[in-house]
Amino acid sequence: MSILVNENTKVLCQGITGSAGSFHSKQMLEYGTKLVGGVTPGKGGTSFEGKVPVFNTVADAVKQTGANTSVIFVPPPFAADSIMEAADAGVSLIITITEGIPVLDMVRAKRYLQGKPGVRLIGPNCPGVITPGAKCKIGIMPGHIHKPGRIGVVSRSGTLTYEAVHQLTQLGLGQSTAVGIGGDPVNGTDFVDVLKLFNADPDTDAVIMIGEIGGSAEELGAEYVAREFTKPIAGFIAGQSAPPGKRMGHAGAIISGGKGTATEKIKAMEAAGIVMAASPAELGTTLQEAVKRGPKKR
Amino acid sequence: MKIHEYQGKEIFRKYGVPTPKGILALSPNDAEAAAKELATPVVVVKAQIHAGGRGKGGGVKLAKSPAEAKELAKQMLGMMLKTIQTGPEGTKVHKVYIEEGLAIGQELYLGVTLDRVTSRVTFMASREGGVEIEEVAEKHPEKILRETVDPAVGFLDFQGRNLAFGLGLSGPTVNKFAQFCTALYRMFIETDASLVEINPLVILKDGGVVALDAKVTFDENAIYRHKDLLAYRDLAEEDARETQAKEWDLAYIALEGNIGCMVNGAGLAMATMDTIKLVGGSPANFLDVGGGASKEKVTAAFKLILADPAVKAVLVNIFGGIMKCDVIADGIIAAAKEVQLKVPLIVRLEGTNVEQGKELLRNSGLAITPADNLRQAAEKAVAALK
Repeated sequence: MSILVNENTKVLCQGITGSAGSFHSKQMLEYGTKLVGGVTPGKGGTSFEGKVPVFNTVADAVKQTGANTSVIFVPPPFAADSIMEAADAGVSLIITITEGIPVLDMVRAKRYLQGKPGVRLIGPNCPGVITPGAKCKIGIMPGHIHKPGRIGVVSRSGTLTYEAVHQLTQLGLGQSTAVGIGGDPVNGTDFVDVLKLFNADPDTDAVIMIGEIGGSAEELGAEYVAREFTKPIAGFIAGQSAPPGKRMGHAGAIISGGKGTATEKIKAMEAAGIVMAASPAELGTTLQEAVKRGPKKR
Repeated sequence: MKIHEYQGKEIFRKYGVPTPKGILALSPNDAEAAAKELATPVVVVKAQIHAGGRGKGGGVKLAKSPAEAKELAKQMLGMMLKTIQTGPEGTKVHKVYIEEGLAIGQELYLGVTLDRVTSRVTFMASREGGVEIEEVAEKHPEKILRETVDPAVGFLDFQGRNLAFGLGLSGPTVNKFAQFCTALYRMFIETDASLVEINPLVILKDGGVVALDAKVTFDENAIYRHKDLLAYRDLAEEDARETQAKEWDLAYIALEGNIGCMVNGAGLAMATMDTIKLVGGSPANFLDVGGGASKEKVTAAFKLILADPAVKAVLVNIFGGIMKCDVIADGIIAAAKEVQLKVPLIVRLEGTNVEQGKELLRNSGLAITPADNLRQAAEKAVAALK
């Protein structure tokens, strides 16, 4: 009925006593998310809002609550450590909202996760994951714009994800799951991973994929879509009007081998059979158009 | 954060990465004195700006005497240096670096940066140096040698040898090159660099390996743990408004157009610019107020936009997630009152607390044009210019 999270998802919040952590933990509880515990080192034994127990370590929290998912609001200097702590404690889905984590911290954290098969990281610097049909909202997205349904959404941009979801809801199209993969250079789950899950999910009929300029995650996603994806899919790339930046050296261009521009990405996605929206105001209607054209032929 | 070549080389030396001897000069007389002190038959006068392609732009020249070094410094200091990486207006030269001349045998390219595909630090090397390196990468990617570093063990000696032999080096130079790379990797990691590029790296006639250039950029997110590096920040190289924006933790980039934009989230900000262009307008800036912005931050963002005299209308596009619409509305009202807003203001709010936000705007007594979606907002902004 969804991907990544469902009614059996039991969530911990790392950084639950911080300002962002506590605000969004309240919102998650109101939405119906099974938030079973929080972690703030030094505040173990207290309780959040009088109903969610707070622990000193993720290991304690997992042992006491049986949580299988963690959402991280820990400040950037300590966030990579929190990701690794969650992985070590046996949490299988780690959703990191924190923005501004040093890149080399993430390089190390990602290397650490390679030694932990079965652990999936979403983010960092992402809005999170929501499955409206299971009343499971993990992250910072405004819950009320979502509606249970059969469209999957995957996006690198937080607020553009909301834009897409909002348009779908207004058109009467609910969402199976909406996933923000985050815009940082080093992140956990990429487009290909999420598209594979949507492709295999019997309760997702069609997908919106939203990318941005920079990197080559969209091109890799497009390659996967061309090869295996069978469902109608619409797309958008933000940054088509961005001016070429004042650059320092050549390394960025060399490492991407000419990929990464909006034009390259749109070309790759169109070639893969993704119906592209000209503007973000047309995300919903473009999805309808993709559905009308029917399943991808191969 | 970008730094100058001379600063990059100062850091290189701390980590044992060989560089030529050099002296910074702020005046033609300094340049002459520096050339005398270096006392090589030839010295190189190099304009210090935060951009590449300086050689082709006329910012790197040879001087055969201290008097010539003085003359070249006189020409360069104060000039607007245009290179392929500065943009058409160029960058003003405030400093020159006087460097010893060396007996160069061979010029190579060496770059270290993050590879987003593998999420690891990667070394890239090529026998083809210079500005054409990007073209080589696109058309002949096989000519770029790569070594990806496992963060668990760091850069390994054999990787240095792989690169060295791949570049066609031989003899004692192979190990010198490998040591050079190891030292460079240590510097990259310990300073939280995001880019270190040496173009050219030179092999001297005596087999030595020297960094003739140094382009170094640091990860802004990690600067908090490198307070010493902040001393290298050169505000003269940065757009004043962009610097001001950073103080408020706002992402701002000045552009050519006349519709000021305030948006939350980089993706939506870019998409807003895209939509303005799509309906025939032109954005004056990129501005991401980020998540969790306070009323003060929104006020500052608003002032920043209105400080640009080219701005003839302002479009605020906020989809509330972390950021609540009533907070945005408060900021807009406070700032508009404070700066006595005279240009049309188009506001599109959506998301958390949207009704309270709209209510605040309606009761503010300000002339605000509401819009229900992004395309409509962009169209109204363009229409307001007429």
